[in-house]
Amino acid sequence: MAEYLIKNGFVFDPVIGIRGDIADIAIKDGKFVETSEVKDPKVIDAAGKTVMAGGVDVHAHVAGPKVNVGRNFRPEDKLFTYKPRSGVERMQGGFSVPTTIRTGYNYARMGYTTVMEAAMPPLYARHTHEEIRDTPILDQGAYPVFGNNWFVLEYLRNDEIENTAAYVAWLLRATKGYAVKVVNPGGTEAWGWGLNCENIHDPVPYFNITPAQIVKGLIEANEYLGLPHSMHIHANNLGNPGNYTTTLDTFRLSEGIRPRSKFGRDQVMHHTHVQFHSYGGDSWANFESKAPEIIDYVNSHDNITIDLGAVTLDETTTMTADGPFEHHLTELNHLKWANTDVELETGSGVVPYIYSPSIKVCAIQWCIGLELALLAKDPMRVFLSTDHPNAGPFTRYPRIMKWLMSEEARNQQIDSFKYRDKVIDATNLAGIDRELDLYEIAQMTRAGPAKALGLSQIYGGLAPGLDADVAVYDFNPNEPYAPDDIETAFSSAEHLFKTGVQVIRDHEIVSNGNKRTLWVNAKVNENPQVMRDVREKFLRYYTVTLNNYEVSGHYLPNPYVIEVDATQ
Amino acid sequence: MSRTVTDVICPFCGTLCDDIEVVVSDDGRKLHEVYNACAIGAEKFLHSQAKDRITRPRMRQDDGSWKEITYDEAIDYTARILVNAKKPLMYGWSSTNCEAQAIGSEIGEVVGAVVDNTATVCHGTSLIAVQDIGIPSCTLGEVKNRADRILFWGCNPAHAHPRHMSRYSIFPRGFFTGKGHTARKVIVVDPRPTDTANVADIHLQVEQGRDYELFDAFRVAFKGEQLPDFVAGIPKEKIYEAAEMLKSGRFVIIFFGMGVTQSLGKNHNIDAAIAVTRDLNEYTKAAIMPMRGHYNVTGSGQVWGWLFGFPYAVDLSRGFARYNPGETTANDLLRRDEVDAVLVIASDPGAHFPFSSVRKIYELPSVAIDPHETPTTEVCKVHVPVAFVGVEVGGCAYRMDNVPIETRKVVEPPDGMMTDEEFLRRVLERIKELQGV
Repeated sequence: MAEYLIKNGFVFDPVIGIRGDIADIAIKDGKFVETSEVKDPKVIDAAGKTVMAGGVDVHAHVAGPKVNVGRNFRPEDKLFTYKPRSGVERMQGGFSVPTTIRTGYNYARMGYTTVMEAAMPPLYARHTHEEIRDTPILDQGAYPVFGNNWFVLEYLRNDEIENTAAYVAWLLRATKGYAVKVVNPGGTEAWGWGLNCENIHDPVPYFNITPAQIVKGLIEANEYLGLPHSMHIHANNLGNPGNYTTTLDTFRLSEGIRPRSKFGRDQVMHHTHVQFHSYGGDSWANFESKAPEIIDYVNSHDNITIDLGAVTLDETTTMTADGPFEHHLTELNHLKWANTDVELETGSGVVPYIYSPSIKVCAIQWCIGLELALLAKDPMRVFLSTDHPNAGPFTRYPRIMKWLMSEEARNQQIDSFKYRDKVIDATNLAGIDRELDLYEIAQMTRAGPAKALGLSQIYGGLAPGLDADVAVYDFNPNEPYAPDDIETAFSSAEHLFKTGVQVIRDHEIVSNGNKRTLWVNAKVNENPQVMRDVREKFLRYYTVTLNNYEVSGHYLPNPYVIEVDATQ
Repeated sequence: MSRTVTDVICPFCGTLCDDIEVVVSDDGRKLHEVYNACAIGAEKFLHSQAKDRITRPRMRQDDGSWKEITYDEAIDYTARILVNAKKPLMYGWSSTNCEAQAIGSEIGEVVGAVVDNTATVCHGTSLIAVQDIGIPSCTLGEVKNRADRILFWGCNPAHAHPRHMSRYSIFPRGFFTGKGHTARKVIVVDPRPTDTANVADIHLQVEQGRDYELFDAFRVAFKGEQLPDFVAGIPKEKIYEAAEMLKSGRFVIIFFGMGVTQSLGKNHNIDAAIAVTRDLNEYTKAAIMPMRGHYNVTGSGQVWGWLFGFPYAVDLSRGFARYNPGETTANDLLRRDEVDAVLVIASDPGAHFPFSSVRKIYELPSVAIDPHETPTTEVCKVHVPVAFVGVEVGGCAYRMDNVPIETRKVVEPPDGMMTDEEFLRRVLERIKELQGV
């Protein structure tokens, strides 16, 4: 492989602790190396430019059945967005739910190289992996959902952590999954009957277990296995006024539990798209931000990480395994509604949504997402996300960076709101003057998520030995700039390397890269009871046979397997 | 000696049964017997063993006779007609695997083709309705485990999806449905007294072409509002009774077929059917599902969804994807003389398209890629026989509820036969040679 030397850039890297000093970055055999180790490198002149590791997205809906429902049922999302085939690029279209090809290219254009699919229904794992296979450049993994799975509900009803862990290990292997995802625990199973679980003590119909038991049990099972990532949750009661108490109750379920993982993470719970879970008030009329209460808890508890789910004020497509929420949403906005309940496992819904700056609630939501980031004390535990495409498309990350880095940009936006004064009254953003710097952005978009995923041994930084994923942006932090310059520069990396391969040169995509699919193979002691339960459930209740369930290697042309040994 | 292969997936209909057992010879070259499959499915497996099977590509001669050609010649012919055409049509895709569909999609991009699948004469109207109003649905296991109200509208699974009723809908005993069919109520809406209607608790013999009115009548009845004495030929008492039966269920599932998708009203019927399902969710839990025909028509809609963003009728001829049913659909293009070459794969428009469309295929440079001899192969210039997907080669297929299942190879194809995927891969290579890229 070619050797590269990226010379004289302003480097921002929390892993080696460098804050915008000029440094050289060397690449050899797909990894970063000391500059002395490269003999005859191709030199990239990065003088006056910003250099950062490849971005890592901890939570986005980019591949799988509900994403494709969003594509196929919204032809309007393709209007005016299509880009024809040219050079190595295949044709690509879609705005809020782009085609897989565009997903890969657009992440790369922003300097991102690793993206995790946030919710994979196990029965549809093949579909998710087919889409991941057809997404160029990016390394990806997918989180199978566990929070409404009948095996989990039955084991945890009796506090059987070891059996839950054995089942989790089995399902991760069967689906080639990466982490334990929980979406509206118990609520989506209740949705099988048109019901919901609205708080953590609301029992699941028939199964006689509460969301609190499910969440706590899955945290314990996750730590029993010592998986790379922690339990990753979307809590109950998403999107409702006053739901911040449910969120705090959910956070508290992690208290007293420490990570038991060799992969270097500090958290036992990752709570995703917290913006949607930080609402006060008891109606849309007195809807308000409770971001300070939420972030205070996060700031003072180091075994939790979160991502923002920041609203970008776009027309988008919401999609989640929270089936009852999507039904609630279609009743609110009267737009088309797709739903799929999945036998024994989960459910999902998809509804288009327009976050209009002329609607007070949407503007408040926008404020909350940014407040969470700006009030965070430790950017290594608070990650940038839009819960793509739920709060907005991932292509807006550079715009969010602009808002986070510039009070002027935020004030421009606030001043343009139709209900400016009411929005200011219901939120705290107007009183926050903090402006994040690029080092903090690198923590929120690179080093932090890589660490939380248990992948800091390969991603998230520029230290020798890490995979050579690195972006060069045409942005000089030491010269005066307008807020929009930030968005422009971070929307289009000048150069991007993925595992040592140059995929973007002079802002042009020049290679489809060498994408890998990450999954976790957790070894556990033989567990005859769980295997007997699996056989019985397939025989009696599933509509596919057990032998036709496991995703074969055929679907993962370039796998990256992370081995975990939990047999001790 | 022989051996039995279990958990085999049946590559016939959208029910995609995966519990078939097949007895094959020890060397894996002969297929002897098929168990568990319905009559149609078993025939599909057994047909691969036909003695008179075509195993090499053929080209039509001027005198109308066939001449055997090599695969290389067939690849060259196919590549050339696609490259030389201004706007070729690549139609079918529903009885092959997703791997072949993905390569076909790339060919379509490279040559600027229109790609369309059999939904165009089947559930394409359903796909349009979903774009209007969405679709609350579920997997077939949810039906098996929860549903106690089953409504079949304009479909006849007793004949078209023979194992559907026993595996998923009427008869199985599931987790919350331990009493099987005795605890389920079945309603059939069909102008004909079908074998499915025979097992129904209520058969509404709707007047042909009046489905939309009856859907609307259900919505009125749910709200307890007044109906005229008869709607679509059904007395109002019967409609109220059926509506009450649905509302009183714990989990309602509506299955619908070509009787509503391709009769008067088309996509508007399905709009109304989905609105009925949405309404029912105000009272109980309800879902709706199209009874997809070919075993992987659903898969081709998925593949094009993630590659192009549209489920069928995708026009790639301008260098980017466009979708406009009525303009970019196969029959409309053929009948308006808008395409100048035709590739048909894994389907049989010769048997199912109007004669005016079939004649256009006959008049154009055309190739049919299909394991069988069909009415389509009879009108095409070149016929490329290929291995049977799901019998002689595996690959991914999507069931009618969009659940993907990997089909299995159970027996070797005849010596030297190509698969769809191999053939298309070679065509793509040849196209790139011809285009000099």
